[in-house]
Amino acid sequence: MTWVLENLPRIGELTLAHLALSLPAVVIAFVLSIPLAWGANRVRVLREPVLTGTGLLYAVPSLPLFILLPALIGTSVRDPLNVVIALSIFGLALMVRSAAEALDAVTADVRTSATAIGFSGVGRFFTVELPLAGPALLAGVRVVCVSSISLVSVSAVLGVSSLGSLFTDGFARNIIGSIVAGIVMTVVLALICDLLLVLAGRMLMPWQQTSRRRRPLPTRAREVAA
Amino acid sequence: MIEFRQVNKTYPDGTAAVQDFSLTVPSHTTTVLLGSSGCGKTTLLRMVNRMVDPSSGAVLIDDEDVADVEPVALRRRIGYVMQHSGLLPHRRVIDNIATVPRLNGASRADARARGYELMEIVGLDASLGVRYPGQLSGGQQQRVGVARGLAADPNILLMDEPFGAVDPLVRVELQRELSRVQAELKKTIIFVTHDIDEALTLGDQIVVLKAGGEIAAAGTPAELVQNQQDEFVSRFLGLDSGRRSLTAATADDGGWLISDAQGRPLGVVDSQPVQRP
Repeated sequence: MTWVLENLPRIGELTLAHLALSLPAVVIAFVLSIPLAWGANRVRVLREPVLTGTGLLYAVPSLPLFILLPALIGTSVRDPLNVVIALSIFGLALMVRSAAEALDAVTADVRTSATAIGFSGVGRFFTVELPLAGPALLAGVRVVCVSSISLVSVSAVLGVSSLGSLFTDGFARNIIGSIVAGIVMTVVLALICDLLLVLAGRMLMPWQQTSRRRRPLPTRAREVAA
Repeated sequence: MIEFRQVNKTYPDGTAAVQDFSLTVPSHTTTVLLGSSGCGKTTLLRMVNRMVDPSSGAVLIDDEDVADVEPVALRRRIGYVMQHSGLLPHRRVIDNIATVPRLNGASRADARARGYELMEIVGLDASLGVRYPGQLSGGQQQRVGVARGLAADPNILLMDEPFGAVDPLVRVELQRELSRVQAELKKTIIFVTHDIDEALTLGDQIVVLKAGGEIAAAGTPAELVQNQQDEFVSRFLGLDSGRRSLTAATADDGGWLISDAQGRPLGVVDSQPVQRP
């Protein structure tokens, strides 16, 4: 505990570094997944190959990828960019299928009616289909976010600073406080980010709560009400 | 005036949804396309706003071929109401109604003002405007659907079984409301349904369709009920089962008790029949 108190500034620093590596990856994975998912849904024969193909990216072991990327894109081994790109790939692997399914689940009735009242194709996508796919997209983003935050730690092995560094340093120098702090902070960070996503979802998609509340009351509640 | 000129619709898999269909829909009247599912009535309706393009033939609105009009622009000046209301679940009621004026370039404030005007016309309390569609009853949602269809003040209103999914009581109420609104606004309405009573209630002109969009009969409700020559039409309207062959007997407290051929009492007429000129 004393170790933690003495090293608070460093823990804070590493937490920020951790976020700087993981959050861009989440955003990139999300942004890239939408057009990919849209395309996959659009060209039906390509749907399964694209979804399975991107899904398989997740099977690539993370450590070798962190090491392989510099050779492929010409960055140095300790460049944080490697980590962001690798995490984006993993995020994409998780996100594309979620996004494709989310967009596919928008009901035909709503699509037809949006077309019938005069939405253009692009307008319909951004103002009708994308928002309605929102709840399912959010579920996907939450998984990607938590997964990215936990995966970042691996990059500490390569010497890229993150909360994982607390873990590697702690091991190397046999400081239990450092190891525990690394683990606890990663979990806390993942939980906070997840909570923020849920809150953002509530704010951006207010129609959801209301439709949930509208569901018929359970039988007992109805009897009481009567 | 809407004119179907020998339209055909054949889908790529070879199904002929509509074959050689011609019809004139007079302005400011309600024309009901009546038929069982699969008779091509929705296909015909969607040809008017180009959600379906005919394989051959033409659809004309006031002598202008719709094929020459850009589909999105065309749809923004034609009202469309469908079953299950087709409202956007993520937009408040008022914004759902205001959607089309917004697409047409009205400011948000103007579009909403127009929306509240329409809510009043279709008999919805203004307080419902801030709710989401999921918070309304089925009947209220259909009213919103009708309000949205009317929002851009279109000359033409296309209605695809708009009251098909609500319970019978609400349906009757909605039909009555629509008649009232139509008496006031005088739109050119094409109304698709498989409900005979609905057709007889709302239609100025009823077109009974067989499979493939073949016209089995067309005429005013009175003409259809009186003309029992076509077997298909008689069967479809329930004329052959005696549902509309009525008998009258004096009722207990004066007037006439009306029953159908099976003796099922339908109602009471308390005055002498009106002599038609």
